[in-house]
Amino acid sequence: MKRLTREQIAMRVAHDIPEGAYVNLGIGLPTKVSNYLPAQREIILHSENGLLGMGPAPSPGMQDEDLINAGKQPVTLLAGGAFFHQADSFAMMRGGHLDICVLGAFQVSAGGDLANWHTGAPDAIPAVGGAMDLAVGARQVFVMMEHQTKTGESKIVEQCTYPVTGIACVDRIYTDLAVLDVTPAGLVVREILADISFAELQEATGVKLAGRS
Amino acid sequence: MINKIFASPQAAVADIHDGATVMIGGFGNAGMPLALINALIDQGARELTVVNNNAGNGDTGLAALLQAKRVRKIICSFPRQVDSHAFDALYRAGQIELELTPQGNLAERIRAAGAGIGGFFTPTAYGTLLAEGKETRVIDGRHYVFETPIHADFALIKAHCGDRWGNLVYRKTARNFGPIMATAAKCTIAQVARVAELGELDPEVVVTPGIFVKRVVPPAPGQEMQP
Repeated sequence: MKRLTREQIAMRVAHDIPEGAYVNLGIGLPTKVSNYLPAQREIILHSENGLLGMGPAPSPGMQDEDLINAGKQPVTLLAGGAFFHQADSFAMMRGGHLDICVLGAFQVSAGGDLANWHTGAPDAIPAVGGAMDLAVGARQVFVMMEHQTKTGESKIVEQCTYPVTGIACVDRIYTDLAVLDVTPAGLVVREILADISFAELQEATGVKLAGRS
Repeated sequence: MINKIFASPQAAVADIHDGATVMIGGFGNAGMPLALINALIDQGARELTVVNNNAGNGDTGLAALLQAKRVRKIICSFPRQVDSHAFDALYRAGQIELELTPQGNLAERIRAAGAGIGGFFTPTAYGTLLAEGKETRVIDGRHYVFETPIHADFALIKAHCGDRWGNLVYRKTARNFGPIMATAAKCTIAQVARVAELGELDPEVVVTPGIFVKRVVPPAPGQEMQP
């Protein structure tokens, strides 16, 4: 089976982000999406530590320790960008002003529950950051993740076994095998991305798929 | 004449008492008031409750305050990081209490304290471990969780410029928690990179009006930023 690479998943997500969208890209895998946003579209990136209009990484020697992203990496500000404090930054999320956020996940349930903040392991030190605010706040929540764990278990599940980040908050899932929409009728396959049949995709997925759109 | 300029970080933090709740600005190292934290370590106050987004990075600033065993409890959103070894060691040894709160709830709880709000209902964290035991309510068909304000005795923040009335402007993403923490503490102490003359800061761009600030600490001699 030929699965998409992580870069290819990022490319596929970027393709679906429209002109004029205000977007937050979560820490980790979703950050890669910024590398593939079509140059002809004006898309405004939000970073929860307090900026809109985030630009790419600075060239060597141009880093500014006061200009960082949510992953604490140096970034730049585009013309038209703005800085603001934390309460405003999270008002942008919670108040429904962000069009899209893209998050990584350990698991997503058929009903759109998201688990991405804590493994629940007894020795794990929990950390949540802005994940729960993003999950409930953005108007559309996209998840990007591998379809299965390294040991071959589906990350799309009936009920999350990891502690949840938000309930019924995910709208669409991008994996290395497919794009799936979370709908009231269940998970609908929007697009198969690997060289597999619907039946094979169903085989790799931990819940019954509701059909194709 | 009002003059909130303090001669030194040491003078500005001298009255922070044992058991105080201290908000410390910054997101990672951006906006962290290093001179004030170092002065607080030297001052020696113990059993502190610290409010910060993180729980220290590396071995300086908040991490050094933790390593000096001055912090009884930390309220934060994202303690675990690649360089949070100072916190990790204390936490695993059971030597520090952690109140984990989602970042937006942390911000809004601080804002609520500063604005005199007794609490608020937020959709964030509904149905999760971080809402366990908290009051919930359905408003217009949506589930919300009740969150309470976080007040502090002191806030230690970093701004770019300040004047003798305490008006502040910030620099880039170092602004982060500064403006809201300034409102939520009985005594806000701002470390600035430059002291401005009264009237020099454009009133249209002042971010924190001086009413929220009690003390302004200039940079050490030779460390001033140019206007």
